[in-house]
Amino acid sequence: MLDGRSAIRRKLPARLVLSATWLTLLTLAAICAPLIAPKDPLAQDLFLGQLPPFWLQGHEPGYLLGTDSLGRDVLSRILYGARLALTVALTAGTITCIIGATMGLLAGFLRGWVDILISRAIDIWMAFPPVLFSILLIAVLGPSLTSIIIAIVVIDWTRFARVIRAEAMTQGAMDYVASAQVAGRTRLSTMVTEILPNVLPTIVVLLTLEMGISIIVEAILSFVNLSISTDDPTWGGMIAEGRASIHQAWWVLVFPLITLFLTVLSFSQLGEGLKDRFDPVLR
Amino acid sequence: MQFLQSVLLRLCTTLITLAGVAVIVFFVIRVVPGNPIAMMLPPGATEADVARLTALYGLDKSIPQQFLIWLSGVVQGDFGTSITTKQPVLQLVLSRLPATLELSVMALIIAIIIGGFMALTGTRLRGSKTEAAIDIGNGMALSVPDFLWGLILILAFGVLIPIFHISGRVTPSLPLPFSTNFYLTESLLRLRFDLWLDIAAHMFMPALALAIPLAAIISQLLKQSLKETMHLDYVTLARTKGYSETHVILREALPNAILPTLTLVGVQFTFLIGGTVIIERLFSYEGLGNMAIDAVINRDLPLIQGIVILFAVIFTGVNLLVDLTYAALNPRLRHA
Repeated sequence: MLDGRSAIRRKLPARLVLSATWLTLLTLAAICAPLIAPKDPLAQDLFLGQLPPFWLQGHEPGYLLGTDSLGRDVLSRILYGARLALTVALTAGTITCIIGATMGLLAGFLRGWVDILISRAIDIWMAFPPVLFSILLIAVLGPSLTSIIIAIVVIDWTRFARVIRAEAMTQGAMDYVASAQVAGRTRLSTMVTEILPNVLPTIVVLLTLEMGISIIVEAILSFVNLSISTDDPTWGGMIAEGRASIHQAWWVLVFPLITLFLTVLSFSQLGEGLKDRFDPVLR
Repeated sequence: MQFLQSVLLRLCTTLITLAGVAVIVFFVIRVVPGNPIAMMLPPGATEADVARLTALYGLDKSIPQQFLIWLSGVVQGDFGTSITTKQPVLQLVLSRLPATLELSVMALIIAIIIGGFMALTGTRLRGSKTEAAIDIGNGMALSVPDFLWGLILILAFGVLIPIFHISGRVTPSLPLPFSTNFYLTESLLRLRFDLWLDIAAHMFMPALALAIPLAAIISQLLKQSLKETMHLDYVTLARTKGYSETHVILREALPNAILPTLTLVGVQFTFLIGGTVIIERLFSYEGLGNMAIDAVINRDLPLIQGIVILFAVIFTGVNLLVDLTYAALNPRLRHA
């Protein structure tokens, strides 16, 4: 048996290091956006519309990654867009995780009618096309940050509930749970003190993945113009503008797309990397 | 007998699921702000006009009453009338369904071809750099959803190397001699290969975007079960008989390794169909998903309702089919 320390001493896998680095840099950039953004992300200048990035002919100093068709600075908009993306990732991810994992624990450990109810709800949820459901919810709730978070929580709690339910069922059948019961613990207290710590690694992995998914959902919603108010910079909104002017100004699409790609990839790789580290068989 | 019983039970839960979807979507869209009736009338309409039209669409009754009226219509195959186009919802939805089905099936075929090829190559070249490259590729493909792959494909093959169409379903100027909306299938049956090529060139990019994540899943799972099978005695026996490694993989290992992948493909296919909503939007493809987003933006309640229910029917139908096939193929489950 290896103890935990030898696992820590083992070299960190490259993907964990790389993804954590990117996410840290992005978070810092988002927090410091007002300090480091070269321009006002909302400032329009029709004389400076569709300027190319700095290495191409016809660029304007100060606009590193060029401008969109309204003359707004692409780099500054990406930096401000990161604030919304990361806010959604953190809040929506965490709330989804808490609600979904609780549902999964209750269903998987208590079983009985609680399980029947929650499982039936999961079945119904799985029959909804998720993207359409989220667009519908935003139409109902009205476009705002809160609506995006609510939509993500409402749609994605089943991701946690399904996996955690299965894990809680396996854990619930183990001897240590039976002995806790014999020792006179209540079902709920056993669930929190015995089952929860054992499914926690899975929860952390799912949470990391969910943050990436939340960012995609936000991008999709702002792509169909249903995220927050249309003025505020969002990656999805920039991508929608870039898609429309793709033959005149590819950079309006490319730079937010690269940022979004790297961020989603990082969350996913972080989650997968953590999964490997938590896995006792691989350790 | 037990098999029949479990089939019936499964049918019942499917019906409950569909009923649940119907109730939820009905009540959710009834709280949508914005009056769809006011949006369809010209600016000079009087209060009386609004009231008359509201009554016509049954929107003046209480929500439970509206639900009962709608439900009794659905039982008779009447899903109501679209508010924006004034056509029956069922007719509208069925006219777009073929486009989405063709796209989804095309994506599934591409995913199976790519995923299968990767899995077989990875197994054939186990432990080599190629296998490592396939693993990294799978990881990347799985990490990033279809929406982003779609955008990347638009950039790569629509702008950088413009060889595929990135918007629409068919070149609009082409005369279409079709009597159904299954354009791709019908052009093939009518031997109009010129049209088939045009339609396929439009469909390829969105289908590939949908296929990439599924291809990675297939590749990963099939490779894993192939590798497990490769250690079994009968495979070693085939090898000692002098069969080539490729023959052993294709003829001996593959038939045994394929079942778990097949079930997973069934389940993942529903996710792929769900992905068509945004992919169709991205590629301006005239399918069900694109229509759904327009319906939400226009507050076309009966249409949204019809589309969501149709998606739910497709999802649960595919899942039901997968479960029943699996039960029929797996003798252990048949008697469970």
